[in-house]
Amino acid sequence: MKIKAQIGMVLNLDKCIGCHTCSVTCKNTWTNRPGAEYMWFNNVETKPGVGFPKRWEDEDQYHGGWTLNAKGKLQLRAGNKLNKIALGKIFYNNDMPEMDNYYEPWTYDYKTLFGPERKHQPVARPKSQITGENMELTTGPNWDDDLAGSTEYVQQDPNMQKIEGDIKKNFEQAFMMYLPRLCEHCLNAPCVASCPSGAMYKRDEDGIVLVDQERCRGWRFCMTGCPYKKVYFNWKTHKAEKCTFCYPRIEEGQPTVCAETCVGRIRYIGAMLYDADRVEQAASTPDESKLYEAQLGLFLDPNDPEVVKQALKDGISEEMIAAAQKSPIYKLAVKEKIAFPLHPEYRTMPMVWYIPPLSPVMSYFEGRNSIKDPDMIFPGIDQMRIPVQYLANLLTGGNVPVVKSALYKLAMMRLYMRAKTSGKDFDTSKLTRVGLTAARATSLYRLLAIARYEDRFVIPRSQKAELENAQSEQGGLGYNECEGCALAPQHRSMFQKAEAGKSTNEIYADSFYGGIWRD
Amino acid sequence: MHNGWSIFLWVVYPYVMLASFIIGNFVRFKYFHCSITAKSSEIFEKKKLMIGSITFHVGIILAFFGHCLGMLVPQSWTAFFGITEHMYHLYGSLMMGIPAGLLAFIGIAILTYRRMTVMRVFKTSDLNDIIIDWALLITIALGLSCTITGGFIDYNYRLTIGPWVRSLFTLHPQWQLMANVPLIYKVHILCGFAIFGYFPYTRLVHALTLPWQYIFRRYIVYRRRVNTSY
Repeated sequence: MKIKAQIGMVLNLDKCIGCHTCSVTCKNTWTNRPGAEYMWFNNVETKPGVGFPKRWEDEDQYHGGWTLNAKGKLQLRAGNKLNKIALGKIFYNNDMPEMDNYYEPWTYDYKTLFGPERKHQPVARPKSQITGENMELTTGPNWDDDLAGSTEYVQQDPNMQKIEGDIKKNFEQAFMMYLPRLCEHCLNAPCVASCPSGAMYKRDEDGIVLVDQERCRGWRFCMTGCPYKKVYFNWKTHKAEKCTFCYPRIEEGQPTVCAETCVGRIRYIGAMLYDADRVEQAASTPDESKLYEAQLGLFLDPNDPEVVKQALKDGISEEMIAAAQKSPIYKLAVKEKIAFPLHPEYRTMPMVWYIPPLSPVMSYFEGRNSIKDPDMIFPGIDQMRIPVQYLANLLTGGNVPVVKSALYKLAMMRLYMRAKTSGKDFDTSKLTRVGLTAARATSLYRLLAIARYEDRFVIPRSQKAELENAQSEQGGLGYNECEGCALAPQHRSMFQKAEAGKSTNEIYADSFYGGIWRD
Repeated sequence: MHNGWSIFLWVVYPYVMLASFIIGNFVRFKYFHCSITAKSSEIFEKKKLMIGSITFHVGIILAFFGHCLGMLVPQSWTAFFGITEHMYHLYGSLMMGIPAGLLAFIGIAILTYRRMTVMRVFKTSDLNDIIIDWALLITIALGLSCTITGGFIDYNYRLTIGPWVRSLFTLHPQWQLMANVPLIYKVHILCGFAIFGYFPYTRLVHALTLPWQYIFRRYIVYRRRVNTSY
């Protein structure tokens, strides 16, 4: 057994309203640079829908993730090492998406809006940020936003195509949900495994997957290796870029930007301990619908003294273990089993998990005596064959019973709390049927519905102090700019002004505005 | 040709270009390491790239080994194994050289056409990319012409150009050997050395960073934060 720590995320899809705040704050933080215009480290998709890039879930086309070869051994779907060399894939990567699979980034010709008065109102035409030419917009980010009911997009959703039988797409059966997506920071990351240069790696201390920009040579195998299509190609630097899980924030014990800014408080961040030695074995589980359970089996109970002992031996910090013990991820995924990985059938062992939305189910039968008779919820969920099968295709590799039991649990918790707050009687034996007790249901409700900041985010601060040799850096670090003044870099402009002959009062007036220091 | 010119073209110029190749690559890898990429434009266009890139790369690699064989291996060595000049010329130069040259030429022609006509690729190319595309196209066209004309005229470059190339490496350049070489060979050689000299400042450097280690390494890479005691 080799214990490693991993930072993971759970998203409560039941509460996602598809506002795209996460995407926008992420973009403003990370990808508002030239060459990165089309990148969305975080995006929110309407499901059923085609997604971004279009039909990313169609691995027959993109060949992402892992597969089992004829001997039952785990191998990259894009081909093993020899196959990549023999077929000259390094010269041309057939599986790589084109810009049109994403969209061509554009800006508007704002200049024409300003100028002398003219007879006709000026129009700002869209101009490509690649070629600078005028363009006709046919697709863009979130082009199918909220269009889940339209046959054009439903039919193109690979998850829909997997649902057997004749699906009537009439209005009553239409359902819609949002799926915010970011890098999964997989335990068995195929992008890392695909990178010929060894530029992609998992951080040993928290499992965050990063691209070493110094070593990236732009061979692009990571882009195709990732079945979630969350590694992007910067066309200006010709290198790969991906979600960093906001590692500078995580190191300081802060949540990622997407999680911090989520208005619905749907995101949870926490630590997990897992057995790195068994990852390959778990990912090689032959039956796709058993992969979710195989991954669950990798996680170790952080409260088990034996596990703690081994973790300390394997170099996991005490802060990380303490965080793992309070981890909301462990509670939602392992203890309550209401969160699921995204497409476990890719055999990537992803670490961003999702609580399935109850809304498509609830909206169908809520109001039809459901409150009077909680038992109605079970036939209700069973009746909603398409949404449940769809969720199973998305989250468990087609394992329907586990999705159903999560939905039962969520629905029962909801009914219990509704009865409790409205002062109605509730037969608590019903809770037992879904594996809950009154106390557990209340605690789950607090975590999911109240979702306090400190309950959602349990992030250990990184151990920089231990890793840096404080002794040798004493009196040296931070003092490089001018001998003896620690704040020199921040206050450089003031020193320059003083040297230029400005008086103290003038510098004060320049630098402090209304008591606020400005540089 | 005047001796001074000959010395410049066949001694000074090749050495300057080789020096540029070595020093330039050293500087690029040491100080501009981050700028070394395959500089792919696949995200903008795939179909022409598929045919062009695979054809070109296969052709140019074969041509590279062909040049090594033709230039660096003396005729006496091949003769030792009982390969006559006629056999070498027929099977080596013509039957292997022409297909390799054709592949490289067709490939680079498609790639150049693609770079100039596909708007997304053209607009995102810098001047260097365009220069090196044309330089390769011209040099490969000349090289292919040398090989094809070799089928009609009887010219044994292994007694003149080959020894001259080897003399460059032994630091006793014998520029006199180049006196009666046909013009088309001369131009091809000059263009070729120009590409060598220009190589470190272009996208071509990716040829020197082939990721051989991938074959031997394990799949998942972990990196531990290093102890920064210094």
